[in-house]
Amino acid sequence: MALLQVKMVNKSFSGLTALNNVNLDVEEGSVHAIIGPNGAGKSTLLNCFVGRLTPDTGTVLFNGKSLIGLPPHRINQEGVVRVFQTPEIFADLSLYENVMIPTLARRDGHFALNAWSRADAQIKVREKVEHILDDVGLADARHVLAGTLSRGDKRRLELAMCLVQDPKLLLLDEPTAGMSRADTERTIELLKRIGERRITKIIIEHDMQVVFSLATRISVLAQGTVIAEGDPAAIKGDARVQEAYLGGAQF
Amino acid sequence: MTHTVKRDRMLVGGFALAVLTMPVWMTPLGAGYPDLLQRFAIYGIFAIGFNILFGLTGYLSFGHAVFLGVGSYAAVWSFKLLSMNVLPAVLCAMGVSGLFALAIGYISLRRSGIYFSILTLAFAQMAYNLAYSVLTPITNGETGLKIERVDPRLIDTWLSGPSTLIPSTNFFGMPMSGYSGFFFCAVLLIAAFYVALRIARSPFGAMLRAIKSNQNRLNYAGVHTRPYALTAFVISGIFAGLAGGLLAATDPLAGAERMQWTASGEVVLMTILGGVGTQLGPFVGAVIIKYAENIFSAFNPQTLHGIFAFLPDPIEDVVVTVTGLFVGNGWQLTLGTLFMLLVIFLPGGVIEGARRLGVLIGRKTAALRGRRSQPLGSALPASGAASE
Ligand SMILES: Nc1ncnc2c1ncn2[C@@H]1O[C@H](COP(=O)(O)OP(=O)(O)O)[C@@H](O)[C@H]1O
Ligand SMILES: [Mg+2]
Repeated sequence: MALLQVKMVNKSFSGLTALNNVNLDVEEGSVHAIIGPNGAGKSTLLNCFVGRLTPDTGTVLFNGKSLIGLPPHRINQEGVVRVFQTPEIFADLSLYENVMIPTLARRDGHFALNAWSRADAQIKVREKVEHILDDVGLADARHVLAGTLSRGDKRRLELAMCLVQDPKLLLLDEPTAGMSRADTERTIELLKRIGERRITKIIIEHDMQVVFSLATRISVLAQGTVIAEGDPAAIKGDARVQEAYLGGAQF
Repeated sequence: MTHTVKRDRMLVGGFALAVLTMPVWMTPLGAGYPDLLQRFAIYGIFAIGFNILFGLTGYLSFGHAVFLGVGSYAAVWSFKLLSMNVLPAVLCAMGVSGLFALAIGYISLRRSGIYFSILTLAFAQMAYNLAYSVLTPITNGETGLKIERVDPRLIDTWLSGPSTLIPSTNFFGMPMSGYSGFFFCAVLLIAAFYVALRIARSPFGAMLRAIKSNQNRLNYAGVHTRPYALTAFVISGIFAGLAGGLLAATDPLAGAERMQWTASGEVVLMTILGGVGTQLGPFVGAVIIKYAENIFSAFNPQTLHGIFAFLPDPIEDVVVTVTGLFVGNGWQLTLGTLFMLLVIFLPGGVIEGARRLGVLIGRKTAALRGRRSQPLGSALPASGAASE
């Protein structure tokens, strides 16, 4: 059974069909890329997974359990964690706190009245935070306010905030958009390393170099419809994909 | 995580010392008398509690005085029914206002931003109006709730028989008037300060700051934000109830005007004036406002004529008329002006101003010593900058 099973999902916004009978199976341990032109409905699809949007019809099963109608915090506690297209971070808190908060949320659940102990004295949390900050290369800036980071660093910080939660399914919405070439390389390298931990990932990405170096499976979305699905080699050779998405351009 | 345990201990110790020695160092400022010092401590508790909600979560309640009023009524009822000892009174005040905060917070927190503020304001105005009308049997309406000789005082009567005169409030015999009353309030103020500090440094406090910073992100990080905000609301309501209970303990009388919107606005001013989200700010703001109120409301046309007597008569009259607007009952005009100037020129409040001054002086002295003007760390925007 696939880790994430999406069946016949439809979503429209006041007449505009954003998703049209979308089916998707994401196998455990895979890196499943979703590609497609701007406005194809990729972010909308992720929104339906994390509780930001409710599909008009269709089912979304995670580990066999329906995610539809669950509030975002419950879906996160199930192990589905998302990096947003525009970085969502705690801009006026330090990097350390930015990562500490999701760490605490994973340890304590969606609510805990933990008002008498010191946040900075939780040794295990601290080790985890320091470790992940090191991993994404932001350890030296741990006391800097997150809002002052560059766009690329904000993305990396958000990635750290998600990774620290040991997700079962990680959703990445254009994780390298707005990054320099060097930063992109570092991020790919980082994502590959996380791959070794076998976190199942869904990745939306425009950069084909990133897609083909990470993905084990690719779905192509155009105008809300999945027009092709297969392993990277098959997608590369698919004529419809060439036409709909790449306009015949080179990979 | 620059806040070491040691630094926090020094902060609490320094605060305790400063508060307990207020009778000494406030005397040269003309504020060294118990009545006013009691008010400093009580409104300090009110503002510190308010800051737990507003400073940490960013939810701006415009109706917090309702908990002050409820605390006062609950305390006076405790004096009437149970005992003139302030211990049960203060506990009743905290308990009842906590329940009120739970109900009001539960409903108001369904909305955020300006709608939340308006809901809290509406609840407070409702409570204020009810206290004058249908709730008169509980609040004694416009006259206010007072203790009387015929009150049952069950515990006192049981322990020492019926009394023939109206006894005064006390803490196991220690009277609540004068300096002993001040020290009682001061100890509770220090305890409130310590509790607020512990909350701010805790994982719970970190969640509250995250609510203020980006509630959306926090939701997607697996946190159910509403119970966190509600807990903060209830805690700050209990602090306000304690303050209300202490107002009644030092002067056993409760009236609905304590719940008026101006009283709710005052605690907002105190917190912003001192420095929102800082540990010391709310208390500093409370002292400044209660001090200013005391000074400026004491002036009247006679004293003003005395001050400006050196001016030629027609000018004197004009000056007295104009300044007269700002003093006496109009002292709020002074407060408003002061507040506007501060928000425009020093939005971080008094504590932020002091910090900037400290940095400036530090830089000057470092430059004088011919060293590089800033240590490396302070060039980066430090996370803990706003915490002291
Ligand atoms: N909340 C919304 N309200 C209305 N229209 C939306 C909303 N979200 C997305 N859309 C529309 O749905 C379509 C798909 O958008 P999106 O999923 O963001 O595309 P992609 O991420 O593939 O670029 C677009 O036409 C977009 O304008
Ligand atoms: Mg998108």
